[in-house]
Amino acid sequence: MSQTLKKFAVLSISLLASAALAQTKQVMGVSIPSADHGWTGGVVYWANETKKELEKMYPNLTVIVKTAKDANEQANQIQDMYTVNKINALVILPQESAPLTRPVANLKDKGVFTVVVDRALTDPKAQDAYVAGDNPGLGRVSGEYVGKTLGGKGNVVVLRGIATVIDNQRVDAFDKVMKEKYPGIKILDRQYANWNRDDGFKVMQDYLTRFPKIDAVWAQDDDIAVGVLKAIEQAGRKDIKFVLGGAGMKEMIKKVQDGDPLITADVTYPPNMIRDAMLLTAKSRMTKTAMPKTTIIPSVLVTKDNAAKFYFPKSPF
Amino acid sequence: MTESRAEIPARSTRPPLLSRLGSLGPLLGLLALMIVATALNSDFLTVSNLSNVLTRASFIGIIAVGATFVIISGGIDLSVGSMAALIAGSMILIMNALGGDGGGGGVIAIGMLCALAIGAGAGLLHGTFIARGRIEPFIVTLGTLGIYRAVLTYLSEGGSISLNNTLSDAYSPVYYGKLLGVPIPIVVFAVVALLGGLILNRTRYGRYVQAIGSNEQVARYAAVDVNRVKVITYMIQGICVALATLLYVPRLGSASPSTGILWELEAIAAVIIGGTALKGGSGRIWGTVVGAMLLLSIENVLNLTSIISVYLNAAVQGVVIIVVAFLQRGKRS
Repeated sequence: MSQTLKKFAVLSISLLASAALAQTKQVMGVSIPSADHGWTGGVVYWANETKKELEKMYPNLTVIVKTAKDANEQANQIQDMYTVNKINALVILPQESAPLTRPVANLKDKGVFTVVVDRALTDPKAQDAYVAGDNPGLGRVSGEYVGKTLGGKGNVVVLRGIATVIDNQRVDAFDKVMKEKYPGIKILDRQYANWNRDDGFKVMQDYLTRFPKIDAVWAQDDDIAVGVLKAIEQAGRKDIKFVLGGAGMKEMIKKVQDGDPLITADVTYPPNMIRDAMLLTAKSRMTKTAMPKTTIIPSVLVTKDNAAKFYFPKSPF
Repeated sequence: MTESRAEIPARSTRPPLLSRLGSLGPLLGLLALMIVATALNSDFLTVSNLSNVLTRASFIGIIAVGATFVIISGGIDLSVGSMAALIAGSMILIMNALGGDGGGGGVIAIGMLCALAIGAGAGLLHGTFIARGRIEPFIVTLGTLGIYRAVLTYLSEGGSISLNNTLSDAYSPVYYGKLLGVPIPIVVFAVVALLGGLILNRTRYGRYVQAIGSNEQVARYAAVDVNRVKVITYMIQGICVALATLLYVPRLGSASPSTGILWELEAIAAVIIGGTALKGGSGRIWGTVVGAMLLLSIENVLNLTSIISVYLNAAVQGVVIIVVAFLQRGKRS
């Protein structure tokens, strides 16, 4: 291909593309749970940040971010987004899977491009694409770290979240790693701490009373880990070698970065997965390219070496 | 109304042995639970475990002492959990703003005073709407339950509000410290309960609270300033919530939108298990204290053992609550 022809090709493609961009004025609706705990607080923050970022990137794109306190409100909200705001694309992090499947499917039938984030719908046909964190991965990565750091033997206590599918997936994957790769590690007990600091504190206090020797704590979540650390500090126990939380709360990432003796690592389950979902959706809509059917955001191990990459001081989580 | 009139002669005669045993229901329940707990895990009766349980019970207990007044007066306060969260958050923000990176005793004292003022103010607001605005207490406090938590969530942007480190270190002895070997929260709980008992049983105000709960119309005819008594009752509740928060903040040094969720139900449960009538009119502070201890012990026992599936924890708590209520049903007949 000669130089001029090449130039011409590039020029015509970019002209075509910008013409297409000018024509397709897109409205993207983003429906997420309201900030009712740290992680969802992070989701709301990232959704709003990404809205600014996207609207700068694509002048023809309008992004509407709405939060809902429950599944019912969310179902009404996406209905309103369709009738009032005339959205062409919907990015939704459902409060609950089952009650939102039908409303999302309705929008898809009417031609709205639907992208579901994190909590899967009961019928995958209701969505065009799915972007999620890796719950079994969080359990697996955590298990590997605990097993390896303890050198394959020791006593571990587990603090679970709220009794949900997500929690079961994490704990099952953790247990599987222990059983298959580190049979020398004894899991003393697993109780629910409800992804909550106060419950983390209480459950850990009781574990410290009940078990004279604990080598490591898998708290599964950074909010729980905050309570666990206080309980250990109060009891003055020196036998615990480390506490592993999860999700990537900025205070915990900071501790990893600063070389805290008990918080030696963290496993991510990033609230900014909403950003990934919004970016992918916008790109797919604005450039008319296909979006992968399923995108899994892997859970990664954060250690002192890479902590700086995961530290977002402005985020509320 | 006929019911409460019928109760008056019954109360003045000596109650039969069985119903006197019945009024000891919560205590018997607690005793039974302690025996079972010790059989399941001998660590239950260690000093450190009992002091853990009592310290935890002191948060709900202090709030429940206030709730005892509200419930005896025939009202209810559903907002206490959200109020505790909002007070905790505001208090931390105020102290951080005053203290900067340093700060010490003075800043903490101001923070504590602000917390008490917010609690009393919230109570004043509730009392005024309920007594002078004539809105059902259930509705007023259901409204503020949502408002307080939403404001806290707004202040924290859905994340958490944390006390800066220097202040946190200076303040932490209030929770972790001891007075004559007894953890401070337990001391405060004991003082609040004693004061509550004195106010309820030995002052004119206390008698008025019971009179209003038993029959508001009759109390009005008897020249009781019903509105004023009600407002003070909700203020006592607010101050109790603030006191509990003063002890709560130094524990984790932070407040988040999940702070204090369902505390209102725990406090109400403690009051009712303790033998106070949900319809108002009569009640007792010592019962509330035992009720709070009982509730927190169940949780502790479940954590100390693993014979029951963790999925069933809430069911066990429910069963114990109903059994204790059954033990004291004698009073009603």
